[in-house]
Amino acid sequence: MSTQLPDQTEDESSAGEAEPTSAAQERRMAKKRERAAERDEKRQAEEAEAALADEETYHLKVFRYDPEIEGKKEPRFDDFHVPYHKGMTVLDALMYARDTYDSSLTFRHSCRQAVCGSDAMFVNGRQRLCCKTQLSDLEEPVRIEPLPHAEVVKDLVVDMEHFYDQMEAVEPYFQTNDLPDGELEEQRQSRENREKVKMSTRCIWCGACMSSCNIAAGDNEYLGPAAINKAYRFTMDEREGEDMKQQRLEILEQEHGVWRCQTQFSCTEVCPKDIPLTEHIQELKREAVKNNLKFW
Amino acid sequence: MSQSYNRGLIEDFGRWREFSAGMWAWVFHKFTGWVLVGYLFTHIAVLSTALQSPDAYTTTIQSLESLLVVRILEVGLLSVAVFHILNGLRLLFVDLGVGLEAQDKSFYASLLLTGAIAVASVPTFLAGVFG
Repeated sequence: MSTQLPDQTEDESSAGEAEPTSAAQERRMAKKRERAAERDEKRQAEEAEAALADEETYHLKVFRYDPEIEGKKEPRFDDFHVPYHKGMTVLDALMYARDTYDSSLTFRHSCRQAVCGSDAMFVNGRQRLCCKTQLSDLEEPVRIEPLPHAEVVKDLVVDMEHFYDQMEAVEPYFQTNDLPDGELEEQRQSRENREKVKMSTRCIWCGACMSSCNIAAGDNEYLGPAAINKAYRFTMDEREGEDMKQQRLEILEQEHGVWRCQTQFSCTEVCPKDIPLTEHIQELKREAVKNNLKFW
Repeated sequence: MSQSYNRGLIEDFGRWREFSAGMWAWVFHKFTGWVLVGYLFTHIAVLSTALQSPDAYTTTIQSLESLLVVRILEVGLLSVAVFHILNGLRLLFVDLGVGLEAQDKSFYASLLLTGAIAVASVPTFLAGVFG
């Protein structure tokens, strides 16, 4: 998880602006701001010095590409040497590089604690969630690229639209026909059933599995591991009832549904939430067979 | 929106160094499968010499078996077949949902077993070829 402290210099200046202004006060405020700026500069210089003196830096090689700017259209790798502190994640290092060296470095991130799923990237040849990947686990130089098999919008940002389309194709929400009788009655799930779908509910839509999947790369219509896992979560939910399950299986057992999976285990390997994706896909395959082959 | 361009090695098999066990198993399974399909044609070609006469078949087999290359290829064929069988069993278990946590270990096991069987078969296949 990310351990970086948020910067606190911003509140000072904004607090200064909000106060009522007289000429004298303005002068005072200006002086104060100046001093703050000076202090900031000093601190930054000190930090940079400390970083230089301190041998512990990590070498990042970051993929750069910007189709909108002449001279950046050709994809290239930029090198950053980021001072290391204990517990630093790849995301922390990227943020440091962006804040200190190149503010045009673009990447998605939000919660910094492996919940939002926005910073899946291709780090040292593997799809990883940057905010839960420790730098100390990686070999140098740490090579950071955007997710493979997706179109790059800029630098480390890829177009996720297709992934979201596939996720929505399996109707990733609870729906049921058999409602309980009483109006205030709850739809209870048994503990066993909850255990069954537990792992599949952990998906954060980061797209790492889809990017790692060799089949999804070659077949754009393939639902992909994340979407099938989402479908698993609802197909296996007993509260949805038989008709709903039937409807869900009809989506899944199409040509580009579960049958495209060739059990390469790449998705299970890269999933930052340790969801046994292949296992879920295989189980849905068996469900689909049982659904269609009836000898009794 | 983004422009499409070829990212080259990032997106193709040039990344084979980063493949994990399951991916290797898939690649090998495909490869051995195609080799076996290819072998099927030569197999039929050799067997169908028996349609002419029993002697034609015997001479074909004898002349083929006297070649060192054929003997070595036979070891290769055996290991390809053995791997395909063992990995096929592994895939059967994967399809049944049994032991998916050990899928990488079962792949390594099938590789090791294939190697052992191939080595053990060498004396049989190469017997008399040097004599």
